[in-house]
Amino acid sequence: MPDLLTTISLNHYVVLSAILFGIGLFGALVKRNAITVLLCIEIMLTAVMINLLAFNKFITPMDFTGQIFSIFVITVAAAEVGVGLAILIAIYRNQLTVNLDDLDWLKW
Amino acid sequence: MVEFALYNAWLVPLLPALAFLVIVFLTRPWPMLSSAVAVGSMALSCFFATLAAYGVFTNHHYADHPLVYAVRWFSMGLPGAPELVIEVGIQLDPTSAMMMFMVTFISTMIFLYSTGYMKGEAGYSVFFSYLSLFGASMLLLVLSSNLLQMFIAWELVGLCSYLLIGFFTHKIAAREAAKKAFITCRVADFGLLLGILSLQLVFGTLNLVELSEKIYNFEQYTTMGILTLIAVLVFIGPIGKSGQFPLHVWLPDAMEGPTPVSALIHAATMVVAGVYLVGRTMFLFTEVPAAMLMIAITGAFTAMFAASIALVQREIKRILAYSTVSQLGYMMLALGVGSLTASMFHLWTHAFFKALMFLAAGSVLHGLHHKADVWDMGGLIKKMPITGWTFVIGGLAIAGIPPLAGFWSKDEILLKTLNAGSDSGVYYVLFAMALITAFMTAFYMWRMIFLAFFGDEKPDNHPHESPWNMTLPLVVLATGAIVVGWIGTPWHNLWAEWIYFRYPKHLDPNYLLMIGSALVGGAGIALAYKMYCADQSKALAHKLAGQYRGIHTLLFNKYYIDEIYLWFNHTVVDGSARVFYLFDIYVVDGIVNGFGGFTKLSGEGLRVFQTGRLQNYALVFFLGILAIAILMAFTGPSAAGLLGGVM
Amino acid sequence: MSFPILPIILLAPIVAALILIFVPKNEHKLIKCIAAIGTFISMILSLYAYFAYDQSIGGLQFAIGYSYPWIPDLGVTFFLAVDGISLPMLLLTNLIGFSSIFASWNMENRPREFFILLLILIAGVMGTFIAHDLFIFLLFYEVVVIPIYIMVIIWGSSKRVTKEYAGMKLTIYLLIGSAFLLGAVIALYMKTVALTGVPDFSFGGIAAAAQQLSTFDQIWLFALMALGFGSLISMWPFHSWSPDGYAGAPTAVSMIHAGVLKKIGGYGLIKIAVLSLPIGAHFWAPVIAVLGIAGVAYAAFGALAQKDLKYVVGYSSVSHMGYVLIAVACLDIIGLNGAVANMFAHGVMAALFFSMIGFLYEKTHTRWIPDMGGLARQTPKLAVGFMMAAMASLGLPGLVSFIPEFVIFVSAFNNFGGLAVIGIAGIIITALYVLRAGANTLFGPPRPEYDHLEDIKGPELVPLVVLGTVLVVGGILPSLLFDMINSGVVPLYAEINNVLQLGGKL
Repeated sequence: MPDLLTTISLNHYVVLSAILFGIGLFGALVKRNAITVLLCIEIMLTAVMINLLAFNKFITPMDFTGQIFSIFVITVAAAEVGVGLAILIAIYRNQLTVNLDDLDWLKW
Repeated sequence: MVEFALYNAWLVPLLPALAFLVIVFLTRPWPMLSSAVAVGSMALSCFFATLAAYGVFTNHHYADHPLVYAVRWFSMGLPGAPELVIEVGIQLDPTSAMMMFMVTFISTMIFLYSTGYMKGEAGYSVFFSYLSLFGASMLLLVLSSNLLQMFIAWELVGLCSYLLIGFFTHKIAAREAAKKAFITCRVADFGLLLGILSLQLVFGTLNLVELSEKIYNFEQYTTMGILTLIAVLVFIGPIGKSGQFPLHVWLPDAMEGPTPVSALIHAATMVVAGVYLVGRTMFLFTEVPAAMLMIAITGAFTAMFAASIALVQREIKRILAYSTVSQLGYMMLALGVGSLTASMFHLWTHAFFKALMFLAAGSVLHGLHHKADVWDMGGLIKKMPITGWTFVIGGLAIAGIPPLAGFWSKDEILLKTLNAGSDSGVYYVLFAMALITAFMTAFYMWRMIFLAFFGDEKPDNHPHESPWNMTLPLVVLATGAIVVGWIGTPWHNLWAEWIYFRYPKHLDPNYLLMIGSALVGGAGIALAYKMYCADQSKALAHKLAGQYRGIHTLLFNKYYIDEIYLWFNHTVVDGSARVFYLFDIYVVDGIVNGFGGFTKLSGEGLRVFQTGRLQNYALVFFLGILAIAILMAFTGPSAAGLLGGVM
Repeated sequence: MSFPILPIILLAPIVAALILIFVPKNEHKLIKCIAAIGTFISMILSLYAYFAYDQSIGGLQFAIGYSYPWIPDLGVTFFLAVDGISLPMLLLTNLIGFSSIFASWNMENRPREFFILLLILIAGVMGTFIAHDLFIFLLFYEVVVIPIYIMVIIWGSSKRVTKEYAGMKLTIYLLIGSAFLLGAVIALYMKTVALTGVPDFSFGGIAAAAQQLSTFDQIWLFALMALGFGSLISMWPFHSWSPDGYAGAPTAVSMIHAGVLKKIGGYGLIKIAVLSLPIGAHFWAPVIAVLGIAGVAYAAFGALAQKDLKYVVGYSSVSHMGYVLIAVACLDIIGLNGAVANMFAHGVMAALFFSMIGFLYEKTHTRWIPDMGGLARQTPKLAVGFMMAAMASLGLPGLVSFIPEFVIFVSAFNNFGGLAVIGIAGIIITALYVLRAGANTLFGPPRPEYDHLEDIKGPELVPLVVLGTVLVVGGILPSLLFDMINSGVVPLYAEINNVLQLGGKL
């Protein structure tokens, strides 16, 4: 398996993406700070984008579906972060905390 | 003109009905005008009725072949072959013509009387509108050509009775009496309704003429057992309406109404509707000997039972009410022994003398400002001569003193009952009961007359004679109470030649019985005289009451039948209502609420899973995805396959 | 006949409701007048339709040119038409609708919203009676439920139960009923489509195809439908929404609900369930009859124990609907005639009763019978209306309700014999509770605290005049009602009889 070291195949991308997604997921699930959680979500989105680009490159190289999708994801992610941060700032102003354990008003 | 009246007899009930509408919608604010409309329409109606009755009684053809004209009222089923057709129509024969004349005549008299009696009462116009409505309903009942129409009129007269008994709406007693009258009659009407339904189902028609033909050959349609059941059911209606035992309880209470109402509805007309109904459906009862016997026994028993209560009552109108119940029993007895003639004859004479006595009693109450206890009266005949003497005539008539009207009709009934004894011994017993009743009737009536009109005047009474519009009807009816029986004397019984069932039954005059019944009546009067008039201290009366305290109390409290009904009503009926209601709100609603509760409870249980922590949700979400992914990895098409094998 | 009479009848209240949206909310008089005009147009037109309907031809009329394919793929057609069964119901709806506007004449609390909802309610009920397509029928039915809920919880009154509970119970009960119904309708539709291959939601199409269903299918489909329609017509033991619901609801809603909405159950039972599934109906008829009889007796006793006027009438309406169920279960011409006629009669009577109780409550602020008495002196016209409704309720001849009851008794006695006697005995108990309520409310010594009460006057008299007239005219001339109903029942009976004979059930 010499090319494993010399050439970068689809598998590398998929594994990288999986690792990034795992890190992001772990952070999103266990971190208490809302900003960190947002960051972790961004990491997960990045992982997804890597997947999209990689599959585009290796499977349908003639199309640009993956790239276009990624651009959409980036745009939406930016918007989402914007809204998310705005909400967080609003929450912080009200509650003086962004600790997710304290933000359980959706309960019942 | 006679021809016109004969073929347009529907005008007779229509005129008072129109008067009702006119009074309600137009003339209500003007009392005098309203009463004029009511009296005028009833008089006009009486005029037509007289003409029509004249038409009927001048043509003997109608005695066997009634004049019937009817129109379809409603029907259902295919246009060609309807499954249910109900007609409304007029049936004129001597019986209905007699009733029609009697009702319109007595009504006119009583309407006229009411203009005096009700003067100055609140709701004067309304009273006359009710009276007119009653007149219309009663005449509709009399003229009905089919049983459903009759039932409708039957209920409508019940309604008018309800409204008029409760006319003084502010009095609780009036309210309760009205309710009692309606509901007691309702119980009876339930039986009648079932009977009518069965007749419709078995014979497919309710027209009286058709029914009489079909029932004559009833074997083609049904069995004797069913027919007996039907006859009994139909008879339940008259038991209620004509105040027979055990549903007589409403009639004495009905005296809470204004006196003209008692005279018109609860003496002369409506209460005899039951007798009239049985008379109308004689074709049914004669086929069923058991039912006939039941009618006879009910009648005789009621007659004696009510007379015994009347012996000790104190209120003038109550005594008259029990007397009415008793006389209705007489009429039933006559029907039960198969004599339509005697029964209708007694109905006819009774209407005159009983209406007379009620109106005279009303005149007394009017003069004494509604002091009703006969023991508080006395010597009234001096201050109220017309009222007093007409009352005496009524008393003689009801006691069966010849040659007044009551004698002839009572004699006819006694004679028929005695003759029926040749079929079965039980009729001798009934005859004896009737004779005892005759004695008691004479006694309690004259007890009342002696107490109220003779003897010493009571100083705190200030009686005065009533105005002309009240005394005129008294005089007319008193004349009637003397003469109306003469058309049915045993020697020349004009009555029996016209009013009979199937064929006229001529009976030879029985002089022994005539003398006997007159003596019985005379003895009753004599005893009453001895106890209540000759002896001013009434020592004997008090002594007897003291000696037989138990019986006296029992009679005075009307055998406690009202109390029993009241107990039944409050305990059994209301109790079960309560049970049903509790069942409803606890069991039925409990189940319904239980479903709601279950839903709520499951929600409560499930909500512990809602922590409000986003990360929990995300974790569950992720685990779910993971589970699906794993599932797909092992069962679904492989990822490699999905990707098209490029790797 | 080119004048679009049915669409106009249906649209008049809706247009009035739309206009009301733009009326300033403080113009109370104007709001009420607009609502009255809208319903008045419908009432007059439906009266016209009633008398212009050609009974000798029968069948569906006033339908030409108004059949509009709505969802062709599902076979849904917007098809408005009336026959001898739906026309009396349409007329009833409009009579009561018009009266209900005047029964709420003194509404001061948010009248605009109230009348908008009321008009939508009226239009919805009308729609169920003139739509001859099952899909549209259900659609209108669901339209009806929503305004009722809102009206009960905003304008209702809390007595034994809170108005929220009453509204909730009413709505949820009806929705559960309609869920059964929906299930049955969808199943029926799927099965008929499978049989014929043509999607068709029209009454006629479904009925024609459904008659070929197997006996088993007919039986369970009918059971579902009977549950749905039964809970709507307050069939025992699914009746308990009725007294609570009526007691909690504002007057106009009680009038419309007891007067006509409830009748959708009976109407649907006859026009949909029995017509489409005669074999199922034949199978379940004894059960329905027993439940009907149980309802009559049970609810009559229930009413006897009540002290709140609205509860008395609420239970009494359950009792009267029992008669309708018995009549439907008879499955013959006389019974079906009686069922439809009794629905009409009870509608008029219940609406009059509720409107009078509404006025009484408005004036005395109580419905508790022991707190009243002697009101006949202080409010004589109100007493007249009350007594007329009461007398109609106990089936007094001469008023509209007697002949239908008699007809039902004839049929029931014929079909069920002794069992029917229990039902017929209901008339005694009915007389007892109705007269008791009337006597204790209206008669007896007048109470001084009510001396200042004003009798009903002006617009308040409209319910009494309109409904009272129908009550009396219908009682004196029953053929006005029965000839019409008969023209609808005869063809319907011919069809079900045909199926039953083919199926060897007769």
